[in-house]
Amino acid sequence: MADISTNFLGIKSPNPFWLASAPPTDKAYNVERAFEAGWGGVVWKTLGEAGPPVVNVNGPRYGAIYGPDRRLLGLNNIELITDRDLEINLKEITEVKKRWPDRAMIVSLMVPCEEESWKSILLRVNETGADGIELNFGCPHGMSERGMGAAVGQVPEYIEMVSRWCKQYTDLPVIVKLTPNITDVRYPARAARKGGADAVSLINTINSIVAVDLDNLAPVPTIDGKGSHGGYCGPAVKPIALNMVAEIARDVETHGLPISGIGGINTWRDAAEFIALGCGTVQVCTAAMTYGFKIVQEMTEGLSDWMDEKGYQSLEDFQGKAVPNVSDWQYLNLNYVTKARIDQDSCIKCGRCHIACEDTSHQAITNMVDGARMFEVIDEECVGCNLCVSVCPVEDCITMETISGVDPRTGKTIDPDYANWTTHPNNPMAVKVAAE
Amino acid sequence: MSTQATRDIKGGRLDPSDYAENFSDIHPPLSRHEALVEADRCYFCYDAPCMTACPTSIDVPLFIRQISADNPKGSAKTIFEQNILGGMCARVCPTETLCEQACVREAAEGKPVKIGQLQRYATDHLMREFKEHPFQRAASTGKRVAVVGAGPAGLSCAHRLAMHGHDVTVFEAREKAGGLSEYGIAAYKSVDDFAQKELQFILDIGGITIENNKKLGAEITVSGLAADYDAVFLGIGLGNVNALGLEGEEADGCVDAVDYIARLRQATDLSTMPIGRHVVVIGGGMTAIDVATQAKLLGAEEVTIAYRRGKDGMNASDYEQELAQTHGVTIRHWLQPKALVLADNGSIAGIELEYTSQANGTLAGTGETTTLVADQVFKAIGQQFDGHPLAGSGIDLDRGRIRTNDERKTSLANVWAGGDCVRSGEDLTVVSVEDGKVAAESIHATLTA
Repeated sequence: MADISTNFLGIKSPNPFWLASAPPTDKAYNVERAFEAGWGGVVWKTLGEAGPPVVNVNGPRYGAIYGPDRRLLGLNNIELITDRDLEINLKEITEVKKRWPDRAMIVSLMVPCEEESWKSILLRVNETGADGIELNFGCPHGMSERGMGAAVGQVPEYIEMVSRWCKQYTDLPVIVKLTPNITDVRYPARAARKGGADAVSLINTINSIVAVDLDNLAPVPTIDGKGSHGGYCGPAVKPIALNMVAEIARDVETHGLPISGIGGINTWRDAAEFIALGCGTVQVCTAAMTYGFKIVQEMTEGLSDWMDEKGYQSLEDFQGKAVPNVSDWQYLNLNYVTKARIDQDSCIKCGRCHIACEDTSHQAITNMVDGARMFEVIDEECVGCNLCVSVCPVEDCITMETISGVDPRTGKTIDPDYANWTTHPNNPMAVKVAAE
Repeated sequence: MSTQATRDIKGGRLDPSDYAENFSDIHPPLSRHEALVEADRCYFCYDAPCMTACPTSIDVPLFIRQISADNPKGSAKTIFEQNILGGMCARVCPTETLCEQACVREAAEGKPVKIGQLQRYATDHLMREFKEHPFQRAASTGKRVAVVGAGPAGLSCAHRLAMHGHDVTVFEAREKAGGLSEYGIAAYKSVDDFAQKELQFILDIGGITIENNKKLGAEITVSGLAADYDAVFLGIGLGNVNALGLEGEEADGCVDAVDYIARLRQATDLSTMPIGRHVVVIGGGMTAIDVATQAKLLGAEEVTIAYRRGKDGMNASDYEQELAQTHGVTIRHWLQPKALVLADNGSIAGIELEYTSQANGTLAGTGETTTLVADQVFKAIGQQFDGHPLAGSGIDLDRGRIRTNDERKTSLANVWAGGDCVRSGEDLTVVSVEDGKVAAESIHATLTA
């Protein structure tokens, strides 16, 4: 059986599944239930500085996007960092870590952007026995208005500065949690590394208004007639998170920087994808908030079963293996030609491939053949775009086939050799091929 | 042939509360959540097979998408635009042989989208929540049209004509309008007086007057109406019931199923409906299923449908056959009535049936027989058009029903016809609605030409 234990920055956990810093990790009660359920670690909900804690709204804090049958696809929240007293949190962290020595205990922190503030809280965290700290530079709502959270995460210089302070005042591994609410995630990641941070975790939630209540004409969730943008998370954000993880994993300046992947991880498969893109651990929140802690059983077993099937003995065996396959568009092989193929036996004749292609793409799928309802690909028109596959309700009914020889669409013979845009004759910037 | 038997036909076989339970809605309406989940299963097919399969061409994918988009009112309007009796059709259509049979999910997984129930969800919503009629009448044309028969065909025709601004008078032979919606159809498919509610909904558009107790050939005639009105539509249904052709058919206990169902539908107290302990139903169509199932629900101990051909020959769909069977009805095939068994007092005591077989497309008795004990024998072997009211009118018939062209025009100028009385599609509510609609458009085009 595959070994799914992890050693991330020297922090060991029995599996890569950590609970992200969020309501599920707000207090000892929840965290102990999570550990009992089998979670490998937690990032304790973000602590603020000593003194009166922040307060949360007393109205709704969440809004949701649903798929069929009210399956939760996206969640948005306007909750702030912990609203419990710092001393209670520190005491509970100490006690829980002592009771669960084999689990990862990371403490998330967010204090004003001043050296003294960071110094004083770090000295306190050092005493808890926690395994590491995570700097919350991502929270996009509320705290960012006070110059913390995403307000720091959006300024690479601040990230570098605070990372440096942290490395100075603690020996614990420092993970910088990044906000996706920026244009290019590589800059904050580079800044974190420059500041000495040991790892990054991403993504935090995305600025969002989840819906507008059409009766009140106000954003959802609505607090006394008003709504504020919140942080979007859940299955819907996974593609955004995967891309940002990949960007950091393959960036020359941050390549090799340990990453804890976060964003819409709902099953073992999602986790495997993040790990394949280089993540050493993954963090989960919305899935647990939707279904409870028990889901970790499916995640650990699913991951392990899949690894067995693939012959991977440890996470390292496939960690980062997808990174070299993430390419810039310009290097994609333009001599790779595919055509859609519709399996008539499994086709249920809904016609969605036809109308999608006919109305919105390349008019490459019939709806009638010899007077009968039939959907067939017209190779002369098919550009191999995969839209028909995407909209077909029957799995594997439409597949993409790689062709060779003459492309019926262009009438030209397909060059069997790899060639990309950088050398393409239509590219005014094309590099002249040396052989010419 | 006679036999000694204790006849046992009576009402009140059940506890009073069981009647309400037994005759409650066979498919309770979908809740909003159920409707949303079910609507989400629809693939919004291109040139959707369900829409093609619907005799009234309801835009099924669109109305279902409107349900998923939480616009049941708009959804209902999409339905009513094509079929103003969309509420009744949602209840009585054999969807398993129409839209739901054509549904691609039937092909894919044998579980079609529940189109009928979704249609009911939308139409019920509009009829319940909105007081104003969804369609408005066009400016008055001053034209007057007589519609004969207030069944689905007549009402559909009347509504479409009224919408186009014509003034319509509907003549109905019975005390109440609605036709088979009111007097036919199993009670559990149309609960809470739905036929009358739908009638009121249709009339709410305005411009339609109903005159009850006016029977063609008695109080009114085709020639009289043709002279008094700008156009006439005949939706007079099937007036005659097929006979078994056996001796003793007039005996007490030999019952016309159509008539029995009509009485059942009008009964305010179902415990007054006399039902036998042992019941045999002769026939293989919807009427046979409806009467057999309801006999069981009224408390009959043993109900047997005897049909002269095999399962596949039955006009009732597989779904309807199963419905009867799950209610405890026994369906026996390849049996045809041979003789009625009468008790000494002359009433029905049983029925002798002869086994049949089919060779080269011809059905023949094998000579073997069996006898079933029966307190009641229900005749449900089809209905026929009664042409007497049309005698001398100049309206041509085609194989015993009124001949019409594609626009539902009869051979007589300014007279149209539709529904079961014409030789068009199957004898279904939805087909009648389409006939009425097509005829109305043709009448409108003629009157405004």
